[in-house]
Amino acid sequence: VKSFDASRYRRYQIYGITFQLVCLVANISALFFLFYLLADLLAKGMGGLSLEFLSGKPDLRAEDAGIGPAIVGTLWLMGLTAAFAVPMGMGAAVYLEEYARNTRFVRFIKLNIQNLAGVPSIIYGILGATIFVDTMGLGPSVLAGALTMALLVLPVITIASQEALRAVPDSFRLAGYGIGMTRWQVVRYQVLPVAFPGILTGIILALSRAIGEAAPLLLVGAAGFISFVTQHPMDGYTALPIQIYEWTKRPQEEFITIAGAAIIVLLVVLLLMNALAIYMRLYFRRKLSYLHS
Amino acid sequence: MKDNLEILVQAVEGDRKQVFARYGKKPSKAIGERSIRWILRILGGTTVGITGLIIYVLVSSAVGFFQEVSVMDFLTGTKWLPDGDDKEFGVLPLLSGTLMVAIGAGIVAIPLGLGTAIYLTQYAPNWFREVATPIVEVLGGIPTVVYGYFAVVTVTPILKGIFGDTVEPYNALSASIVVGIMILPMVSSLSVDSLRVVPVSIKSAGYAIGMSRFHVVTKVIVPAAFSGIVASFILAFARAVGETMAVSLAAGSTPSIDWNYFEKIQTMTAYIVSVSFGDVAVGDLEYITRYALGLTLFILTFSINFIATRIVRRFREVYQ
Repeated sequence: VKSFDASRYRRYQIYGITFQLVCLVANISALFFLFYLLADLLAKGMGGLSLEFLSGKPDLRAEDAGIGPAIVGTLWLMGLTAAFAVPMGMGAAVYLEEYARNTRFVRFIKLNIQNLAGVPSIIYGILGATIFVDTMGLGPSVLAGALTMALLVLPVITIASQEALRAVPDSFRLAGYGIGMTRWQVVRYQVLPVAFPGILTGIILALSRAIGEAAPLLLVGAAGFISFVTQHPMDGYTALPIQIYEWTKRPQEEFITIAGAAIIVLLVVLLLMNALAIYMRLYFRRKLSYLHS
Repeated sequence: MKDNLEILVQAVEGDRKQVFARYGKKPSKAIGERSIRWILRILGGTTVGITGLIIYVLVSSAVGFFQEVSVMDFLTGTKWLPDGDDKEFGVLPLLSGTLMVAIGAGIVAIPLGLGTAIYLTQYAPNWFREVATPIVEVLGGIPTVVYGYFAVVTVTPILKGIFGDTVEPYNALSASIVVGIMILPMVSSLSVDSLRVVPVSIKSAGYAIGMSRFHVVTKVIVPAAFSGIVASFILAFARAVGETMAVSLAAGSTPSIDWNYFEKIQTMTAYIVSVSFGDVAVGDLEYITRYALGLTLFILTFSINFIATRIVRRFREVYQ
């Protein structure tokens, strides 16, 4: 048996401390990137923010340009996307979790949803451009854009809803069946009310992913420059990320400033959506705390 | 209890034969219940329809492209010249652009993401973990077009400061760095998930046989979580391959096979954007290229994701 080797012990201690430091540096640098990028963004973009910027229309002169139509277009997009994707995603999740038995086909659907969530967004753009814009003849309208976005967020909403439904204790369902409820009544009055906050959080997070998405919109004909405000679903449109893309592409310093200002607006919207999701999770958790006690 | 539950479920699901056999009574066939069931079943199947539609659209249009350009020329050609008189459609320059960015992003994200995950799960005090975890997650929630802005406006000037004017205004390096930062939270949060489920018992076993903390972390805990960690690398890589906005803003639009990170390149995704957003007439050969590229991209990311799920399933250590 070897005796205790003090020098080896010390050497391992030094390895350990070095390794811990390396990991700490990795972590700190991730945090540093975020703060550095945001600080640089604020420094470059704050100057472009003003009330006229928020309400104004795009202009060839950067000083007069605004993001009014882009904000309206983004609102149209998100509203229509939610209108399509939320019922479909929730319906699919209810079927998979509450109705379907564990057959080979159902397992295939579940695997397929996981895979769809990993498909690059630009592929959805190609799909939307072919099906909605060309084949269905919707043209470069906000409706075609929203339908494309709906396909993109559908797997995300479905997965989030599935997780929320799975978290509902079985005793709720059994209680419902116990008093003679049908399957749909159990879903509607027992399961959905309890799962709803989780589903809602998932929906908000899915939409916050969609709101910053530009690639598919470029393919289904979002305009880089429009001077009107979107009025109805068949209108042309632009969106915040598209506007940011357009302005960042230009070499002039002034456009970089207003691109930065538009990014600040977009990030603030994202921050608010995430805060809402967190708030709702906490609020409903308190309200439904009897579940866990 | 279990038995009663099964009968109940069968009754509600309308598995008539078995319920008949037990109770000799007809279960409810209310029209409302059945139509709801059918509507939900159709919605559940929609996602399969979407996958089918993606494959159908990509394949049926790509077939038209491959009638003009042979598959071999497409896969092995080293020149991508879609316009002009001498058209050539070799995908290698675009593919190498895509791989350059994805590999560069991996070089940034893998060490930093794994280091972050190890620190957060093994070393960090509670308060630090609670503060740092959501902040790292924020990096993953920033829209990709914003990363494009960062690459052009923030990162490229810094690179110019370091390497001088050999760095072009649009370059592969800045795109790789921002995509790396973008996928970092994916690597770290998936790795954290797999590191966290390593049971305390095997950690204690390591200490009990006299291992140092360093060895427990590197020789026991990380290997135990290895399948999850590798899966996180692969999934992040797939995300980088499909990344579009940051690369089309930052990396330029000149297909190149030189593997020079300081020069402008073009990725498959960036080409698809440029051909769709430009003035190319619908139905042109140049327009149809996007289906061939889309199909290539789809197959690439789909198989990478498939491998990742396989690895998790095949090599996962199941702990009680």
